[in-house]
Amino acid sequence: MKSVTLLLALGLGAAVLTGSSCGGNPPPQNTTPAIDTAAENARIRDSIAAAEAERARQAQAEAERIAAQRRSDSLAALTRAGEEVRTTLAAMIHFDLDKSNIRGDDMGALDQKVAILQANPDLRIRIGGHCDERGSDEYNLALGNRRAQSAKQYLVSHGIDASRIETQSWGEERPLVDGHDENAWSQNRRDEFEPISGGDNLRRP
Amino acid sequence: MAVAVLSIVPSFHLSAQDTSAIDRGVRIGIIYRPGVRPGLVMLPRTGVGLDSVRAIIARDLDYSDRFEVITLPGGDSIRLATSSSTPTRGTGTRRSGTGTAATGGAQAGTLNYPLYQALGADFALDITAAGDTTVATLHDVAAAGIRRAVRVKLPRPGDPDFRQAVHRLADQTLLAALGTAGIAATRILFVKDGKVYQIDQDGAEQKLVSSSDRQAMSPAWASDGRRFAYMEFQAGKGWLYLQEMGSGKRTAVSTTGSALDFTPAFSPDGQTLAFSRATEEGTDLYTINVKSNCCLRRLTVGRFSDNLSPTFSPDGQRIAFVSTRPGLPQIYVMAADGTDQQLFAPFDYGVTGSSNAPEWSPDGQSVAFHRDVAGTLQVFVLDVRTRTVRQLTSVGRNEDPTWAPDSRHLAFVSDRSGYRQLWIIDLDTGRIRPLLQQSGARLPAWSPRLSEAPSTTP
Repeated sequence: MKSVTLLLALGLGAAVLTGSSCGGNPPPQNTTPAIDTAAENARIRDSIAAAEAERARQAQAEAERIAAQRRSDSLAALTRAGEEVRTTLAAMIHFDLDKSNIRGDDMGALDQKVAILQANPDLRIRIGGHCDERGSDEYNLALGNRRAQSAKQYLVSHGIDASRIETQSWGEERPLVDGHDENAWSQNRRDEFEPISGGDNLRRP
Repeated sequence: MAVAVLSIVPSFHLSAQDTSAIDRGVRIGIIYRPGVRPGLVMLPRTGVGLDSVRAIIARDLDYSDRFEVITLPGGDSIRLATSSSTPTRGTGTRRSGTGTAATGGAQAGTLNYPLYQALGADFALDITAAGDTTVATLHDVAAAGIRRAVRVKLPRPGDPDFRQAVHRLADQTLLAALGTAGIAATRILFVKDGKVYQIDQDGAEQKLVSSSDRQAMSPAWASDGRRFAYMEFQAGKGWLYLQEMGSGKRTAVSTTGSALDFTPAFSPDGQTLAFSRATEEGTDLYTINVKSNCCLRRLTVGRFSDNLSPTFSPDGQRIAFVSTRPGLPQIYVMAADGTDQQLFAPFDYGVTGSSNAPEWSPDGQSVAFHRDVAGTLQVFVLDVRTRTVRQLTSVGRNEDPTWAPDSRHLAFVSDRSGYRQLWIIDLDTGRIRPLLQQSGARLPAWSPRLSEAPSTTP
């Protein structure tokens, strides 16, 4: 049984090879000269043609199956790439206490967002500025706005059209991390990035 | 012994820390005026169904911080001594003795004035009922006579207006005694878990007033006490709304919704709303006429600095606000049309911390705000005339002060008890009391005097 399957598989493999090499061409010509009667010849030709047709049909089915497999494989790869791009796009940047200037260690993250925005011309994003709980509640709305604007200005100064970027400020109203220590505060002083439109099937830069 | 040492050391350390962080020319703490408050005794009564009225009024008068409210040691024995020593009405049983004391209280010359004078009382307040009328009789102890008797028809206990009506009676009593308007009939709006709540100044009747599920901030009263403005997050923008206290009906300010609008403040005439608007250019101050819903006007052009948190002077002529033009936020002032912008609360460059959340006092003489001192926030008061500031608080983090209509009490947020809640300080005596016993309350706004309950006003 095992050997039969193996043979079948081999046969299929051969069929694939023939199928892919011949494409949809007519069967190869019989090179042996005709000896028997015309009826015999016709019978042989018919059986050969039938076998060839069957082989071609199987080859085509297999080719289709493989093509479908390739398509789904590449779709998965595309989705994986899209998710990577999305993650890179959403990577937050952080700020020093009561500051809104872009830190040196965040410029790389912003440069990646520039590249993503350039590779995906339909993509529009929203930047949300956030603060820690130490400042004044209302002042933090202005500070969060400054932080969102800082990131936007960086992207715009690197060639991204300003109309593709919306900004908003949440002040200290939406902390990422609960807690009342520097660890929590430093994580909460941040800009968040999210796609508004054109965020499906993001292309890798 | 070890405990005592432990408790002394941190407090010493704390005061040392405060002093080092103070600006030049700043006086710390409260200036106390010792022993000038008149004594007031609430006359005890039983069995007349006025216990809650009497308790509310006694607490209101205490919270006014204008009296030494004298608690009678063992009210009953004092009362019996009073009635038995009242020469004209000494007859009958104990219960009828009480009754005659009640009647006698409303008549001049029948109260045991020498007793109350000996207890240190300048005033004695007697709350009685006559049919459906409640009578508050204020005795002038030194003059041995009745100063004034106020008669009101109170709603039944449990009626939504009951407590406010009693508070108004307390204010009338205070007015009769001292010629000064009280703050008993006032409320405080605040934000908790993104919703706006109201609470009476004595900590009773907390009630949700937000009529929306969206996150709200910065409630601000109109000077008539019938509506308030606030900010609400909506689709990434900050919207300004006006809401009527009575009906709860709310309307969006006409020009709002395009940007992040926040910190609304009514002009004293109620026609203009000043607010902060954050855009790509930063945050700047604007006004809009809310009576005719028109005429958006920009007051500041910050460019590289932010301008926010406006508060009108009570004459409507000036606006104090926060500006980051010196680098850190500090308190500035300008004319109400945006001209003549200048520094208001003095500070030392590189020394003084951020200053925020200014609120102009109803008497126009002071601006309360909070300032970063050694990494935490403290409440300060600016004297408008001399332009000097003094620090009011030093324990814990204290922020977002709001004036009572008497311009001597401030409500503010403090974590001195371990979690953030609302507290009230009297600037004259330095007395501090908690308004709430629950955490999370912030951004308080003290109402003007509420002459009538909004719910009964169409």
